[in-house]
Amino acid sequence: MKVIVNGRVMEIAENTNLWDLVVSCKVKPEAVVAELNEQVAGRDLWVNIILTEGDRLELVSLVGGG
Amino acid sequence: MEDHLVIGGRELKNRFLIGTGKFGNKQVMREAIVSSGTELVTVALRRIDLEHDNENILAFIPENVTLMINTSGARNAQEAVRIARIAREAGYGNWIKIEVINDSRYLLPDNQETVKATEILAADGFVVLPYMNPDLYAARNLVKAGAAAIMPLGSFIGSNQGLKLKILIDVLIEEIDEVPIIVDAGIGLPSHAADAMETGADAVLVNTAIAVAGDPVRMAIAFSKAIEAGRIAYLAGAGREQRTAAASSPLTGFLYNE
Repeated sequence: MKVIVNGRVMEIAENTNLWDLVVSCKVKPEAVVAELNEQVAGRDLWVNIILTEGDRLELVSLVGGG
Repeated sequence: MEDHLVIGGRELKNRFLIGTGKFGNKQVMREAIVSSGTELVTVALRRIDLEHDNENILAFIPENVTLMINTSGARNAQEAVRIARIAREAGYGNWIKIEVINDSRYLLPDNQETVKATEILAADGFVVLPYMNPDLYAARNLVKAGAAAIMPLGSFIGSNQGLKLKILIDVLIEEIDEVPIIVDAGIGLPSHAADAMETGADAVLVNTAIAVAGDPVRMAIAFSKAIEAGRIAYLAGAGREQRTAAASSPLTGFLYNE
């Protein structure tokens, strides 16, 4: 099943939830903000969000900036 | 006599804002922030790197410091609004620095798109601090649009050139009294910051000059003293510059006969 993560197509298993996907990206969940199909998904909901074909996910975090 | 800086209904005791970009060492960044006494720092929002480890910058920002997300990366008002809303929904607060830039060479802000973004976000309850090219009409429009402060650039971001746009910044300081004026971008030395404060700027934002200094912590301290000195000098009411000399002691009673 294909989803788009940070602009790139990613192949994932059916019934993958958002928490598992984030963890598989080797990032600390507490440092990441997830925007799924242009809506921010609260971290406490990730485990209940099952991804579907064509979902567009942005995983962002704070970085240094002026 | 009390001297307060109020932005968006909130009092800041310190007129020194710091940007967190370009620090090679995050622990040094943290020490610089602490040494500066700043109460407000800017950060940016970016896609995480899916290939490599991502450092968590929040771990290096003292807890008592307010975060202001900037909308860097936004090329138009719509993109700036999106970044702001993501930041707020993610729990990073509602203070937002609008940065709308469509030029990678000079990183000049687009005043028109900045005004549009300010209007939308101010109406949506954000405390909006727009980064702008110092134009009086754009500044007036930003005030009308609901900006909580105005942030004119001193010179190009990261250039350390100082207050190249001083005469236009001075116009804003003179003409805009509804909101604070915070000089942001291009400040390269503590003397530049002092100059801005002596002229009547309400605060300054400094990033590169500290981050790239040989000793960022020391440089943050230098800036802090300069900003305080500049503000006190402004309040003290400096004498005017004049074209010719004016003697310090009387021109009579000299120890000689004519």
